[in-house]
Amino acid sequence: MKNIRTKILKLLENNSKMDTKDIAVVLGMDESVVINTIQDMEQEEIICGYNTIINWDKTDDERVTALIEVKVAPQRGEGFERVAERIYNYEEVTSLYLMSGGFDMTVFIEGKTMKEVAQFVARKLAPMEGVLSTSTHFVLKKYKENGTKLEQDKKDERLVVTA
Amino acid sequence: MRNPLSDKVIKMKPSGIRKFFDIVSEMPDAISLGVGEPDFDTPWNIREEGIYSLEKGRTFYTSNAGLLELREAICEYNERRFQLMYDPKKEVMLTVGGSEGIDVALRAMLNPGDEVIIPEPCYVSYLPCVQLADGVPVTISLKNENQFRLTKEELEAAITDKTKILVMAFPNNPTGAIMTREDLEAIAEVIIKHDLYVISDEIYAELTYSGNHVSIASLPGMRERTIVIGGFSKAFAMTGWRLGYAMGPAMIMEQMIKIHQFAIMCAPTTSQYAAIVAMRDCDKDVVHMREAYDQRRRYMLNAFKEMGLPCFEPKGAFYLFPDIREFGIPSEEFATGLLKAKKLAVVPGDAFGDCGEGFLRISYAYSLEELKTAVGRLAEFVEELRAEQ
Repeated sequence: MKNIRTKILKLLENNSKMDTKDIAVVLGMDESVVINTIQDMEQEEIICGYNTIINWDKTDDERVTALIEVKVAPQRGEGFERVAERIYNYEEVTSLYLMSGGFDMTVFIEGKTMKEVAQFVARKLAPMEGVLSTSTHFVLKKYKENGTKLEQDKKDERLVVTA
Repeated sequence: MRNPLSDKVIKMKPSGIRKFFDIVSEMPDAISLGVGEPDFDTPWNIREEGIYSLEKGRTFYTSNAGLLELREAICEYNERRFQLMYDPKKEVMLTVGGSEGIDVALRAMLNPGDEVIIPEPCYVSYLPCVQLADGVPVTISLKNENQFRLTKEELEAAITDKTKILVMAFPNNPTGAIMTREDLEAIAEVIIKHDLYVISDEIYAELTYSGNHVSIASLPGMRERTIVIGGFSKAFAMTGWRLGYAMGPAMIMEQMIKIHQFAIMCAPTTSQYAAIVAMRDCDKDVVHMREAYDQRRRYMLNAFKEMGLPCFEPKGAFYLFPDIREFGIPSEEFATGLLKAKKLAVVPGDAFGDCGEGFLRISYAYSLEELKTAVGRLAEFVEELRAEQ
């Protein structure tokens, strides 16, 4: 059972659009088993969503991503959970991780402009109760996201027919 | 002026693949299921090691047999993966691809007139290499109903008092057939009885989809009469690095290295350094690629089932060998028709021996998306052909 789940997850991790019939064929199992397993994993929140990897640089949309290192004073009885919740509830926050090492949390923020991101940090994040300090790093270029190279330039250079 | 050419070479038939390649090359927008090499890039840690060796200036010849460290790594790997034990100092040599190993082994072992048994369909180089080494090729036509395995009866029937060597390749290009331990035991008995030698081309060993590959050299009494040909091209996606190896009894290897020393000198140095990483640090990459091929294999088998094209289930390599005899036309005509009508290139089965007539070699060393498009075109063609008839 665990094995089936892992196999399906590995395929969906690479291509969330892969349809259940193809998953069933390539793994050599019944489509109904695939459908049920995926539904179970969605309900158990093992599968939490299906996102798309987008290279926004190739669109007309202006987007800025920043990584912010945050130092946090853990709260009595609640540890980091309360502060985390306060941070991740902002729509601007695309990812939030609790970290080991020199700071406590990594916050990924997306905004339209650098100014917008800076304002978010200055007005919302830095003054937040429990937040001790922030250090903001703007992303200049994305090369790879979630295991996918954003500029692949991948041509099949093999000879078309070989022995 | 005198004729500059050798009669022996002129008599050699050009490869059937080559002929088809020329036709396909004139259609730049055609898609293909015709390649015999992985679609994966060489794993990055292998490439990185190659680059590092160049940065370090390791650009000199290696010893004729190849870097000792690599030979040791090859022996450790073969013991770990296939229970094959060889002495890195005397029983292993690095070659320029598996192909060189086959050529050199034949040249080291054949006297004029010795017969070499070659089960077909098979890779295109065995027969011409036998001829170049003054041997006499004797082919066996393997059968679809036996899943293209070599049976003991077929082997027995091909043996004469001149037979010296059996050249065989499992997992097989072009059929995808494998030989299980039991299958190999049956033929090993015949080989030993008739005192034959085997050149066992096991380049696709890692690409076996039902249990682990069994090498004929691991069977009792076979090690001393077998040359195992291995390599990096298929399992490690390293075709362009041109690196393979041969393992066998010291007495034969010594003579093979002699030929290699005069003809080649040594295998490419950069490739040899990179290959050490392949042998020691790439099991995960191999598993990942094997899983991907296995998934595609299932996808293609299912696609053939849906279009009603009979195809035995191949358990190795990355090829399928569907049966197109229902259409009553030669494989080459089918392949040419498919190329013209649907711009899809596949290789006619007879390019791998006369008994491949009536079959196609379909490679699944492509992404699932590419396979989908290609299979769609093949299905259309098959349907149109059936409607016509």
